[in-house]
Order: sequence, then structure tokens, then C-alpha cells
Amino acid sequence: MNSKTLPYLLLAPATIFLVVFFLWPFLQIAWLAFSTDGGFTMQHFQTMASNWKFWPTFWNTVILAAVVVPLQLVMALAMAQVVAKLKSTRNTVLYIFTIPLGLSDLAAGIIWLAIFEQSGFLNSMLVGLGIVEKPILFLGYQNLWVIFIAVILAELWRATAIVMVILVSGMGLIPKEYYEAAEVFGAGPWKRFVKVTLPMLRPSIQTALILRTIAAFEVFAVVVALGGTTLPVLVGETFNWQFALNDRNVAAAFALVILAISIAATLVFLRVLRTPKGATL
Amino acid sequence: MSGAVATADKPRAVSDIGSAGKFLFWAGVVLLCAWVLVPIYLLAVNTLSSPQQVTAFPKTGVPSFDMGSIQFFLSFEGVLKALWNSVLVAVLTMILSIAIGAPAGYALSRFEFPGKATFRMLVLMTRAFPLPLLALPIAVMFIRIGLDDTPIGLALVHTTLAIPFAVLITFSIFSGIPLELEEAAWTLGCNRLQAFHKVVLPLVLPGITASAIFAFTISWNEVFAASVLTVQNRTLTAFLLQSLSVSPLHLRFAGGAALVIPALIFIFAVRKYMFAMWGIANR
Repeated sequence: MNSKTLPYLLLAPATIFLVVFFLWPFLQIAWLAFSTDGGFTMQHFQTMASNWKFWPTFWNTVILAAVVVPLQLVMALAMAQVVAKLKSTRNTVLYIFTIPLGLSDLAAGIIWLAIFEQSGFLNSMLVGLGIVEKPILFLGYQNLWVIFIAVILAELWRATAIVMVILVSGMGLIPKEYYEAAEVFGAGPWKRFVKVTLPMLRPSIQTALILRTIAAFEVFAVVVALGGTTLPVLVGETFNWQFALNDRNVAAAFALVILAISIAATLVFLRVLRTPKGATL
Repeated sequence: MSGAVATADKPRAVSDIGSAGKFLFWAGVVLLCAWVLVPIYLLAVNTLSSPQQVTAFPKTGVPSFDMGSIQFFLSFEGVLKALWNSVLVAVLTMILSIAIGAPAGYALSRFEFPGKATFRMLVLMTRAFPLPLLALPIAVMFIRIGLDDTPIGLALVHTTLAIPFAVLITFSIFSGIPLELEEAAWTLGCNRLQAFHKVVLPLVLPGITASAIFAFTISWNEVFAASVLTVQNRTLTAFLLQSLSVSPLHLRFAGGAALVIPALIFIFAVRKYMFAMWGIANR
């Protein structure tokens, strides 16, 4: 084995794997969505979009992401700033902050169910404090917006950690001299944050936003755990069409919609938050 | 400042603001920690209460350390099998993703060759895709080749989710080992394989272990592909998702706790590597 062929041999398993389990199924899903009896058709997309549930589903998903992701960025920035100021307790606090990173979205949904269900902890507290007289059915279809809020809280709780981890490791790359220089010129903590931290963190913020937005479009188990099918989201509907309605073509069309908005969001973040040439470290 | 303010007061005022700021800061730290920990505590309270207490109202917020819910959960039909399937799939994912990802990471860190950029592009591309959705066509493929509803089939799909991370993480771990160390071993008579085995492997083993645990967690937590690809051999996540609308509350909470506990241990085990991993995944 010489060093000409060796790298290709080492890469071969991973490449074959990604072609078989990533590129090929992707082509198949596209084929499923656009074909009928071997010909091209838009019929599956029409079936999908003409269903009364499609647009509410679409907007639920997009609005959830649009609310959750910016809030997560702000929260993660605050957490990362807090961590940066800690000394002896840094590792403990960091560990606590990163705990939700390892939890599944289903577990997060169940955890927040313990709080929001009718005999749950939120109702116990409200009744205990005398704010309401008897427990409220928070997660019913009459209270769609409460389910919405519960999902947002569960998502904030679960997935802010990943944003924070990316930002903290990004902050570690900013040279101390930049802050010292800013301080010499009289910049206060807020100004240092806005003029040094934020611009220098740009690549990390970009990565975090892309990762999180794509994941937010895939929200599924949290919503099912908290609201069943009361609050439809895109992945849930994909699942529904695949199994309950047994139409794989429409399910594939849904999958392509999720893919399309994921790629669109990625491109927007790549463009808006691009690092100017020559500005890298 | 006017002259009326005694200069002697100034330092005290400053330190007052300092301690008030400090108090606010620590209050914020405690609040953020509580935000993470209290929901987990509440799940623990429900898990450690009897089934009657779980549906009772109002809740006290203190566990009664009754094992009723846990016993019910463990003796519920299909739970132990689902737990076993989850472990099996996660272990297979762990082995596959390291066995396939680590050589690629090594190749990227040690060689310059045509096609390197294309491969990196392929790996990075996977990040912009909602990968679990690919389980839909894969399910059909598996029925054709007889891998449907098998742990190994699901593990293959979970490996697709874990491989990009495995490649990027092992790439950075190998990049951290100077090539000179390997070259020194070569000049002392080792061949490439021996040098790797005797010099590189011991150095990278902790990092590789961390990324293996990471792969385990990805598989352990995955819901959608698991629900699509398994019917009889459900994993714990698929089992719980399927039974969400029909199962009693105490089963759901005990199931949630069963999902959370291993994840807590794993995150604790890899905490040192967490930042190294994500620092790299950035680029």
C-alpha cells in the first residue's frame, strides 16, 4: 500500500456509506415526490397543498422556528457570557448548562408534559397560590396557544445548550488582546460585547443558527408528546401521510418541503452572516 | 460630580454597585441552573411516585420514593425488549460510525489528495439535510433486502446521522497528533500500521471514545427514523412515541426517565471533549 492509494482506501467505506444511505435515498425521495407510474407529475404536491391542514401545518412549523431560534441565540449568548465570567465554578455550571444537550426531544416533551398536564406541576402551583380555582386543561385543542408556548419552552429548554456550546467554543478563539485594546480605548462591558464579541463570533453564530434552524424545522416528538396531533407540524404530517394515510408519494412531497425550507434558511444564513474576506483570524 | 459629594463616599458607592451587580450576576447564574435542573427534578418526582400520586392533584413536588411507577413501567409488555433494542442499536451505531468515520478522519488529517475537497463537501452537505426523513425511502429499500424491522437496519440509518460528526471529530483528534511522532516511529523500523498502533492509537483513544459515546447518544435519542423503521423490534423512543396517546401518565414519565438517565451519564462522561468537538464542527 503506498500513500497514493491509502487515503482513498481509508475514505472508501465512509464514501460508499454516504452514497448508499444519504445520496441514494435522497434521490429516491425526490423521485417519489415527482413521479407517478414512471412519469413526471406535480400531482402529489397538489394533493399535499390542497389539504386544509397543509398551510396551518406549514406556518406552525415556520413560526415555531422563527420564535424559538432567535430566543435561543439571545439566551445562549447570555449563558456564554455568564460562563466566560466564572472562575472556580465554571466547569460545574457549564456541565449543568449542557445537560439538555444529551436529551432526546421526546424526553424533553415528556418532561414539560409533567409541568403542563392537567394534574401537573404548573396547575398545582397556580391553585396553590390561589391564582386559579381549579386546574386548567392547558394542552387541549381549545388552548392551542398554550400548547404553542409549551412547545416553545420545551424547545428552548432542550436545544439552547447546543447553541451555547458552539458560542462558548467560538469565544475561546477570540484573542484576549482585542478586549484589552477595547478597554484601553474606554469601551465598557456592553460596548466590548457589541464591538468585539459579536463581530468576532460571527462564524460561530452562523453555524449555530444553521444547525438550530434546520433542527427546528424537524420538530416532531416534542409536539407529539405535548399536544398529540392537536398542533400539526411538517414532520408529524409526513409521518401521518406515510403511515395513517398510506400515501408515500405525498409523504415524500412533505419531506421535500422540509428540505426546501432547510436549504433556503441555510443559504440565507450563509449569505447574511458571511465573514468578509480577509477578516478571519 | 459636585464638590458636595464627599470623595470618601465614592469608593463605597462603587463597591456597593459592585456587590449589587455581583448579587444580580449570581442570581442570574442560579436562575439559569434552576431553569435546566428543575424540570428534570420534576420528572424525577413523578417517576418516583406511585401511579395514583402521578394522576393525583395537587402535586406536592416532593417524591414519595414509591417504586410503583417504575415497576409498572418495567413490567409493561414490550418495555424490556424496547430497552434492549435501544441499547443494541446504539452500540451497533457506535461501532459502525467509528469503524467507518475514524479512517476517513485519519485520511483527511494526514494526506493531501485530489478529491479531498469533494469528500469534505459531501460530509458538510449532510448537515443541511433533515436526515431522519431519509428513513422513508430507506424503509422500502430495507424491505427489499430483508433488513426491515431489524436492529442492524436501524443502526445503519443512525450511523448516517453519526458519521459526519465522527469524521469531523476524529479528523481534529488526529490533527492534534504531530506527524513527526509517526515519522519517528517509521525511522525506528515501524511500518505504517505498527506506528499507528503503537504511537497514534494510545494518544487518540480517549478522544475516539468520546466521539463513540456521542454516536451512542445520537442513536439512543433518535425518534423519527426509529419509529419509521421498526414495527416489532421497537426501540425505547419508538415504543414511547407509539404509546404516547394510549398509555397512562405514569408509564410516560417512567419512560421519559429511562431515556434521560443514560443520556445524563454520557454527557457527564464526554463533558471534557464537548467543546473540542463543537469547536471543530464549526469549520
